[in-house]
Amino acid sequence: MHFEYHVESGDFINAGSTSSAVKKTLKQLNVDSSIIKRTVVALYEAEVNIVAHAYKGTIYVDIDQEAITIRLVDEGPGIPDIDKAMEMGYSTASPSVREMGFGAGMGLPNIKNNTDRMSITSKVGVGTTVEIYNKLQ
Amino acid sequence: MNIDQLLEILKGELVTECEKEEFCIERGFASDLMSDVLTIPSTDKLALITGLSNLQTIRTAEMAGINIIIIVRGKKSTPDMISLAEDNDIVVIETPYSAFHTSALLFNAGIKPLF
Repeated sequence: MHFEYHVESGDFINAGSTSSAVKKTLKQLNVDSSIIKRTVVALYEAEVNIVAHAYKGTIYVDIDQEAITIRLVDEGPGIPDIDKAMEMGYSTASPSVREMGFGAGMGLPNIKNNTDRMSITSKVGVGTTVEIYNKLQ
Repeated sequence: MNIDQLLEILKGELVTECEKEEFCIERGFASDLMSDVLTIPSTDKLALITGLSNLQTIRTAEMAGINIIIIVRGKKSTPDMISLAEDNDIVVIETPYSAFHTSALLFNAGIKPLF
């Protein structure tokens, strides 16, 4: 199964709607609830990152019998130092993002904690791609 | 604790639909930081106590598998929040008490902390 979702910068009204849709799909596929939770928490954090930091982005979701692979590709400022960004507590979020309950520098570490595999590639001034992989069995 | 006891203790208002027979709260977790809420383990019968009242509060509960939200300090839920909560079988309660006061009242009534 393949799905694509578009995400807009600053759209905190719809932030999380992709994660919600993926959660419903995984439920319909009778995936174990703990795997669903890990996957949608990671996806939600990454989705909010696009809304909070990028100009726009696309989320590509592929599900087969063994695993779910999610690629979040954004156009945005990029991440100059990925190792720094992965540190707990490091954040460049704006005050408006913090008012929404995010921006504490916990998102990327939490994505890592909730995935079997995670990768980040980024080019400053171009954008960032986050890939998330979780086994479904 | 059932919903009627909870509403009485917190002088609370139930703002969503609620299956009263199925409602039960055993543990509480208080935070305004949704990133923190997203790190907690799956726990049944857990209430999120928060002063953050926006759509992402509901979304966070949805992703974290939390089915009860107590919004403190008299803050109001918007119609969008209520609709999203009901779509996801999340019960939302509003209380005039602060997060600290709410937590203390629930703790004294036997609700356990998550950590």
